[in-house]
Amino acid sequence: MMGAASDIAATETAAARVAKASRLSRQRIRSAWLFLAPMLIVLAAVALYPLYRTIWFSFTDASLDLLGEARFIGWRNYLEYVDYGNGDGEWFGLLADPRWWRSVWNTVWFALVSVSLETLFGLVIALVLHKKFPGRVWVQAAVLIPWAIPTIVSARMWAWMLHDQFGIVNDMLQRLGLIDAPVAWTASPETAMIAVIMVDVWKTTPFMALLILAGLQMVPKDMYEAARLDGVPPFRLFRKVTLPLIMPALLVAIVFRALDALRVFDIVYVMTPNTDATRTMSVYARENLFDFDRFAYGSAASTLLFFIIALITIGFIYATRMNLEGDER
Amino acid sequence: MASVELNNVCKSFGSVEVLRDVNLSLEGGEFIVFVGPSGCGKSTLLRLIAGLEDISAGELVIDGERMNDVLPARRGISMVFQSYALYPHMTVFENMAFGLEQAKLSPDEIKARIAQAAEMLQISDYMERKPRQLSGGQRQRVAIGRAITRQPRVFLFDEPLSNLDAALRVDTRLEIAALHKRLADTTMIYVTHDQVEAMTLADRIVVLNAGNVEQVGTPLDLYSKPASQFVAGFIGSPRMNFIGGEIAASQGAATFGIRPEHIDLSRKKGQWKGTVRLTEALGSDTFAHVDTETAGMVNVRLAGAERIGEGETVFLTPQPDAIHLFDDAGRPVRKARAA
Amino acid sequence: MTAPAWLKTTGFYLLVGIIVLQALFPFYYAILTSLEDGQALFEVNYLPAVFDLSNYRSMLSDGVFGKQILNSVFVATVTVIISLFLAITASFALARIRFRGRGLLLLTILSVSMFPQIAVLSGLFELVRAFGLFNSLWSLVFSYMIFTLPFTVWVLTTFMRALPVEIEEAAIMDGASSFTIIRRIFVPLLWPAMVTTGLLAFIQAWNEFLFALTFLSTDSQRTVPVAIALISGRSEFEVPWGNIMAASVIVTLPLVVLVLIFQRRIVSGLTAGAVKG
Repeated sequence: MMGAASDIAATETAAARVAKASRLSRQRIRSAWLFLAPMLIVLAAVALYPLYRTIWFSFTDASLDLLGEARFIGWRNYLEYVDYGNGDGEWFGLLADPRWWRSVWNTVWFALVSVSLETLFGLVIALVLHKKFPGRVWVQAAVLIPWAIPTIVSARMWAWMLHDQFGIVNDMLQRLGLIDAPVAWTASPETAMIAVIMVDVWKTTPFMALLILAGLQMVPKDMYEAARLDGVPPFRLFRKVTLPLIMPALLVAIVFRALDALRVFDIVYVMTPNTDATRTMSVYARENLFDFDRFAYGSAASTLLFFIIALITIGFIYATRMNLEGDER
Repeated sequence: MASVELNNVCKSFGSVEVLRDVNLSLEGGEFIVFVGPSGCGKSTLLRLIAGLEDISAGELVIDGERMNDVLPARRGISMVFQSYALYPHMTVFENMAFGLEQAKLSPDEIKARIAQAAEMLQISDYMERKPRQLSGGQRQRVAIGRAITRQPRVFLFDEPLSNLDAALRVDTRLEIAALHKRLADTTMIYVTHDQVEAMTLADRIVVLNAGNVEQVGTPLDLYSKPASQFVAGFIGSPRMNFIGGEIAASQGAATFGIRPEHIDLSRKKGQWKGTVRLTEALGSDTFAHVDTETAGMVNVRLAGAERIGEGETVFLTPQPDAIHLFDDAGRPVRKARAA
Repeated sequence: MTAPAWLKTTGFYLLVGIIVLQALFPFYYAILTSLEDGQALFEVNYLPAVFDLSNYRSMLSDGVFGKQILNSVFVATVTVIISLFLAITASFALARIRFRGRGLLLLTILSVSMFPQIAVLSGLFELVRAFGLFNSLWSLVFSYMIFTLPFTVWVLTTFMRALPVEIEEAAIMDGASSFTIIRRIFVPLLWPAMVTTGLLAFIQAWNEFLFALTFLSTDSQRTVPVAIALISGRSEFEVPWGNIMAASVIVTLPLVVLVLIFQRRIVSGLTAGAVKG
């Protein structure tokens, strides 16, 4: 009650302040909205409206060629009980589709494993790059290269390297005596996910490493020197000083990557098409939208995917209270 | 000659009030210094006059015209910023021309005005250089030059010397004083936290503390007749000695104030007996910190390089007509020296 | 030098070696493969055995691939120009003007940049068809705004916040309007940041796959990622790996060169978008 009252009071003083704002601030606020308007209109057109349409389509019977004639059918794309009339019946819809749940699981598993590995390797690379050594700049440039290679290109490059008969990876592993016979990395269900995760980790670890490196560079140098003078052993120093200090940067990097991994499409689509073992939510949705001509059903999958990711994002921003306003006077 | 008047001016950021009921009346051509510790509101007050902040309540009047709602550039004001705020990508000439172009002056007029200002400030030789190719002192002159070309009625300085080294600071201070003589018609308002700058430059000083105007007056007024304990402590270097307890109470006050230069020191007799704990010899003066039995630590100024040993026992006597007495709210007690 | 220190140094450089090797090897191997033809392709080589440009010749003489490269260049360039243009004024407002709802707005923009593209695919598909943009490169310029625009706004806002406030205030005192301040003060000061941001947005647009796969239907309209993804043979054994690798090298080499030249800037741009947010 008290809280609400003081909230109202605060709004009133804020309103009074705006009312009293001078010509300069009024002019500036007006131009702020003028400057923002074109961007906001474009964003509304490419993000907000299409999102709204996707959600709407998920409640209709739209098909690819008859978008205009879509009729509202309620929740039937999500869940529907069809009664066969003889006391028997069956559940249909997205929520009753084991292939959907398999793809949800695949996506989460993919995101979990690849982001963990990327964090680990990214941390190692960042720590290496944080040291001063001759040629450091060139090592950093080399590390950036996987990041700059288009996802599709890296998927195909790796598909070739992982080729079951002519692939260099099988050749290496055989020479080293780690495997006896060539492995069909992308084709066999047991290894398909491993292959996909490997490519993703290779491609996106540089991004992780750079973000962590930036975090490392913000740690004041005196802190290390002070710790060295105190004779703190390196590993303890890392765990007690470095890690807590780079934690904010690390968290941001992890969330960026996790959100990216949860919508993964390209790698899976190109490297391992049509495999239950790797089908992710995005692949599942697009298959239904355009390949199986189940536009409405695919829209339902897209909608669910959106809300799953949105929940994770909101949860994270709330949990870490990211400072978005910038430094206020 | 532009007069500046502030009537009951208040400023708050959200619920924080940074200036309370400021009333000031500046005459045209005056050199006014706002001085006070950091956070006292002096920079905010300057920015209110410039128009960079909104006035929450009250009125700003320049030359009889209400300015609250007038855009900064139309107030006839120029400002020299603490960091100089030169446009890094423009040459000195372009820096000085930018404001004049905005005012739609003719190219000839712009050239003439810049040439005049450049000559006055002796910066004509590097008109084509970029700010990063200039020294701190040169940048400072360009910033002043940029302000002059606009031929303002009121000239604002926001701590303009704080980014210069000590030697340059003194030179530049003298140049600003000379500038004020040349532009006798222009009202100048200068913000600083350094009381020496304030004392040497100002016609009148405005002392601010925690959003309030503590006192307005000439430098010597503030020195000899401080209107509060805060002003007494802030103006004058080193600081005035403040003594509480018995000594103050015996005079009917809460605090007894005496400047270091107004205490006589004797090795034989005097009012307060004490031991010299520390001496600071500056050549022209020597300061002795004396641990007295009744008055606590007292700082005394001795003329010249007087030899006095640490640990020596001395006697101090405050000059009677230089004593300042304050009540427990820090207000001066006027009926001094009842004892 | 004591033995453990000597060992530590060796271990460190071994680690550096592994990092460099894993980063470069796949691309090195792609170049190697692209220069092999015929039988050489199906023998595993670690070092260049032959130098044969026929894969490149067959890709480039094709005509369609050249057109596809131009398509990619067009889409990425136009997307970047439009995004920068819209973002520079928007980020001025977000970085420099205090108004109510600014925090919420930044949050919204950040979340749009995180949008799963598949979530807007149905709606965008309808829009693209309604505007008659299906199979037109403009469909990509339009839809790519969903990730380039929030990204450029976000990064430029961070860069703009770093500019000293006093410079802007000096311009206000000089009588410059907000638009003049942007045009005469901020754009010249921010152009390095704009190059960085533009470059990063360019790479994003150049690499995009999902929209390009969905909104373009004919070979001559496709962009290179889709083209490379769709190169296939009649059977598993007829996949022209040499051609695929040649095409991959052609589209990647410019990016690698850009990364080497603008390394420092790219690093600052990437981290400005994330860490300081």
